Amino acid sequence: MQFGLSESQEFLRDSARKFFAGECPSAEVRRLMETDTAYDAALWSKLTDQGYTGIIFPETLGGVGLGQVELMLLMEEAGRALLPGPFFSTVVLAGSVLDAVASPAHKNKYLAAICRGEARATVAILESGASWNPRDVHLSVSNGKITGEKLFVSDAAVADFIIVIARNGVFVVESKARGLNISPMSSMDLTRKLYTVEFAETPAEEIGTTANLARAFDIATAALAAELVGGMQRTLDITVEYAKTRKQFGKPIGMFQAVQHQCADMYLETESARSAVYYAGWALEEKSPDAATAVSIAKMYASDAGRTVGNRGIQIHGGMGFTWENDVHLYYRRAKGSETAFGDATFHRERIASLVIDSGSVVAKSA
Amino acid sequence: MDLNLTEQELSFRDELRAWLAANLPKDWSEWREKPIEESFPYLRAWQRKLQEGRWAAVSWPKEFGGRSATLMEQAIFWEEMARVEAPPMANSLGLGLIGPTIIAYGTEAQKERFIPKILSAEEIWCQGFSEPNAGSDLAGLQMEAVLDGHHYIVNGQKVWTSYGWVGDWCELVVRTDPSVAKHKGLTVLLVDMKSRGVEVRPLRQMTGESEFNELFFRDVRVPAENVLGKVNDGWNVAMSTLMYERGSYGARLHLIFKRYITRLIALARITQRNGRPAAEDPLIRQKLAQCFAEIEIMRFNQMRAFSRITATGVPGPEGSIQKIFWSELNQRFQQIAQELLGPYGQLQAGDPHAIDNGMWSYGYLRTRGNTIEAGTSEVQRNIIGHFVLGLPRSY
Repeated sequence: MQFGLSESQEFLRDSARKFFAGECPSAEVRRLMETDTAYDAALWSKLTDQGYTGIIFPETLGGVGLGQVELMLLMEEAGRALLPGPFFSTVVLAGSVLDAVASPAHKNKYLAAICRGEARATVAILESGASWNPRDVHLSVSNGKITGEKLFVSDAAVADFIIVIARNGVFVVESKARGLNISPMSSMDLTRKLYTVEFAETPAEEIGTTANLARAFDIATAALAAELVGGMQRTLDITVEYAKTRKQFGKPIGMFQAVQHQCADMYLETESARSAVYYAGWALEEKSPDAATAVSIAKMYASDAGRTVGNRGIQIHGGMGFTWENDVHLYYRRAKGSETAFGDATFHRERIASLVIDSGSVVAKSA
Repeated sequence: MDLNLTEQELSFRDELRAWLAANLPKDWSEWREKPIEESFPYLRAWQRKLQEGRWAAVSWPKEFGGRSATLMEQAIFWEEMARVEAPPMANSLGLGLIGPTIIAYGTEAQKERFIPKILSAEEIWCQGFSEPNAGSDLAGLQMEAVLDGHHYIVNGQKVWTSYGWVGDWCELVVRTDPSVAKHKGLTVLLVDMKSRGVEVRPLRQMTGESEFNELFFRDVRVPAENVLGKVNDGWNVAMSTLMYERGSYGARLHLIFKRYITRLIALARITQRNGRPAAEDPLIRQKLAQCFAEIEIMRFNQMRAFSRITATGVPGPEGSIQKIFWSELNQRFQQIAQELLGPYGQLQAGDPHAIDNGMWSYGYLRTRGNTIEAGTSEVQRNIIGHFVLGLPRSY
């Protein structure tokens, strides 16, 4: 048994870290977050050149064919850099949904375009009830047309197509379709923009049933947890650096146990979230029977820890932590968006309860 | 990353399972509730039996009677032992902490003299580290040892000594040079507990029982050849013992915790709350799920730590994460049990209305010690702050 990264996994992580440090430094994040969409075509083509847009998809579609653990590592690094724009929406979310539900013809058309870096996409799930429970989806498509509204749709303005989760299936709506109206929602995270998407007798093409959506959503959920881990790590790094250099009462504030012990807790939570994410990635890759539980454990823990690590990071920075110019709040904003996306800790605790309490399957697994 | 067991790990596990199937005593459940003074001979016999199969000290090198087991194999060993609810071994400090320290620092004569009897449970070992004025600041300990010819004359007091009441020998940290910096004047002595001038008193803890003892040394003569390691190098010897303390302990914990939460979930199903089973109460469900998740994360952290130690060869200060994680989780868990059980949670062993014979009231009190013993949570956070994050030392 080996719960460390393999050499090739370490290589992927290190090269991703280097890539993001070079192409997506804080100044670039701040430039993009001030734009309407946080999307940059030049950055996208570099992501494509790295193979990131096809990371987990089959080589026959132009993907790289790597596994779920590799996706977690990439998302962790993207989170550390606070990568702005539609990478999660397009590759992780829309890509995984297409991979899980679409027919071969639809994969060739839509997923291959994502892998090749030619298309941006997103998935419209929530309605006005804002429930992550699939039972609460009400919109449905009749006679190839859809009417109604989806909310909290990430990166919809730059999507070439929108995948719509409807009551009676999974559909795709092209961005130029008639009756489609996309308008921004003003939300906390400036690096991943949210939109309302209205449909009025809008043509929608069915690409598959909702039967296999769970796995795609589990991949997206785990990837968000991985992204949160990267953000926590960056928040911890910035904060520890500050605690070493900022002096009060003639000493670095990191010398005071009231500060030092909070840093220790940030470390404990970051590492624990990372362990949970790696395990979730492995369980998804192996299609292990406890994969859904593992994903919920990771998202539950990372959702809470992403927030508390941010709380401590801001507090330790003192007045500086409350300024716009300090980066900690940018991670804090992203963490809130990612906390609620695909269910917060409360949602996932209930899911864990239904998986382990109701089924009576609390099995003491041996190594 | 591959969380499946390797061929070698599988064959280790299967060999152990086969041995346990043939040798695990069937009557442990009749003994486990009894006071340890009564069950101790039983535990000695169990350890002897394990060692007949070379299972008492799997982590030890083969030439000393172990199996040179890898960390993963050690983890498998403890998991299997927990899985079958095997009795503990009588000489757990000797096997887990002191034996490995003697193997690392002892002379040939010391190894020959002590190691076989640690394995056979003929000689039980205790550990004399903490003192009334030296807890977290262990290096500040004051027990003095003065060389007089070929003997050290030892005077002073130790506290929180596990197995003191039954100990034949003690790994004792003493001050041999009070004139130098506090870490530099310490020496480790191997002391015969039957020596004249050694007095052992039970220390009654807040649970009402006495797991630990106080040791009083009055002009105790210890032969100079019983110094372990070098004179005045006792800090390094003692630290090496403490490293083993964090070692593979976590491996068995998650199974023990999982057994507890399985029991608690079963209790939640039969406990009524507002006219329905507590297991259907949304708030109780939230808390049980949180606990279940954290027990899993404890396991994931442990697996990662083992893999890291296996790759780098050194146990890092990350062990402090585990210590904080399990001890604080255990306290939260016991609190959830109390919330679920309501007034029944406070009933102690022997009360006819007590649930699980008072296990939950005992656990609630006993876990307060978890964040204190084996390095307080505060000390662990200092270790993470300074040694992991590189923050300036706070003390």
